Amino acid sequence: MPDSLLPIRISDLRLNKRDRAVLDGVDLTIQEPGITVIMGPNGAGKSLLLRCLHGLIQPDHGQITLGQLKVTDSRNQQAMVFQQPVLLRRTVLQNLAFAAPEMARTEPKRLMQALESVLLAHLADQPARMLSGGEQQRLSLARALLGKPALLLLDEATASLDPASVLLIESLLKTQIARGTKVILVSHDQGQARRLADEIVFISNGQVAEQSPADAFFAAPRTPVAKAYLAGEIPC
Amino acid sequence: MDALAEAFRLIITLDADLYEILWLSIRVSLVALAIAAVIGLPLGTYLAITHFPGRKLCILLLNALMGMPPVVVGLMVYLLLSRSGPLGWMGLLYTPTAMIIAQVVLITPIIAALSNQVIESLHQEYHDTFYSMGVTGRRAVAAYLVDARYALTTCILAGFGRAIAEVGAVIIVGGNIDHLTRVMTTAIALETSKGNLTLALALGAVLLTMSLLVNALVIGVREYAEKRQYA
Repeated sequence: MPDSLLPIRISDLRLNKRDRAVLDGVDLTIQEPGITVIMGPNGAGKSLLLRCLHGLIQPDHGQITLGQLKVTDSRNQQAMVFQQPVLLRRTVLQNLAFAAPEMARTEPKRLMQALESVLLAHLADQPARMLSGGEQQRLSLARALLGKPALLLLDEATASLDPASVLLIESLLKTQIARGTKVILVSHDQGQARRLADEIVFISNGQVAEQSPADAFFAAPRTPVAKAYLAGEIPC
Repeated sequence: MDALAEAFRLIITLDADLYEILWLSIRVSLVALAIAAVIGLPLGTYLAITHFPGRKLCILLLNALMGMPPVVVGLMVYLLLSRSGPLGWMGLLYTPTAMIIAQVVLITPIIAALSNQVIESLHQEYHDTFYSMGVTGRRAVAAYLVDARYALTTCILAGFGRAIAEVGAVIIVGGNIDHLTRVMTTAIALETSKGNLTLALALGAVLLTMSLLVNALVIGVREYAEKRQYA
């Protein structure tokens, strides 16, 4: 079981882009295991928050700690799956081998097991970029999970995928939760959030508008903006 | 027509003079290509993945040098290697080595600038994923070079195409000396000026065939890579 990176504490996180505050003093503590889904309207700052957590973007101000660690010190315990999977110009199996060279040398069978878990073992020798969008994202997830991350970040990773791939990825995430990985997922898909989330963080205008257990959030959102969002009155 | 028929006879009968010129042309261009690739690929890659003040100026210069007139390169190398020049003591002027140096100067910017574009685009594409996977430094560079292998092959072939067809620089620094520095392009220029169209046509046919082969190879490599989504 990976070492926990909880609690995740974000305090007064600020980020400006082109003189606009895209993250405007985010204060957030995530301490429960399971799946936290970040929701919010377009341009609210969800993906930027995720990228700050992963260390891909340096905020202008504020602090992030994961357990006792800073973002930079927790990098090798984190993994991220992006909306557009970026795969190397190699075969499916070589993509996994590149992500885990030590494993490829000592336990190559585990790479095949990882491919089997995402139903791609039969495509091991195919060029990875010739896979369908759903298959590419499944490979991307398998690659992210090879290092047994304590924290898995997914940025709209199932957007525009076929339903079968979405369900498979969701099932893999649940398996991963049982293994002790904390999952933070940005999603516009309310159905997916209802199926997966233990906790919802609702972001609006670069700030945390609401943080609630998922059941409570969907039953009775506390803020007008979240209410309007769930009612479809604010574009996703 | 008689000259054309005679030209093909020279090719088919493996005429010694023709093949001596052909072999020297290929040798000079391949050695120059190897040296230019060893300099140009790392230079293009370095400029693609690092940030330092003046980097954009370096890229601008490289791109400008791609279009450098060969006679100017020839003149520069000539001044460098001539007896009164800084490297005159080496006695390299009018030798195949001088021709190799001129071709290296000509094609290194081509390989560096083209590979820079290829690697820069790959670097942008892979950056977030590599960051997430903790892939940095030499491992990242090796991955770029492996993943850009087909595109880089076409960059190198473009360099070879330029080198083998070049005449202005090699005639200045090589001197077009028979059995020593006479290559296809300089021989064509000389034989045409002498009115000996047979050898000129034969060499022209070989040069054209090589150019077609290089271009066919470029297209073949590109199509193979695109078919397998490796481009």
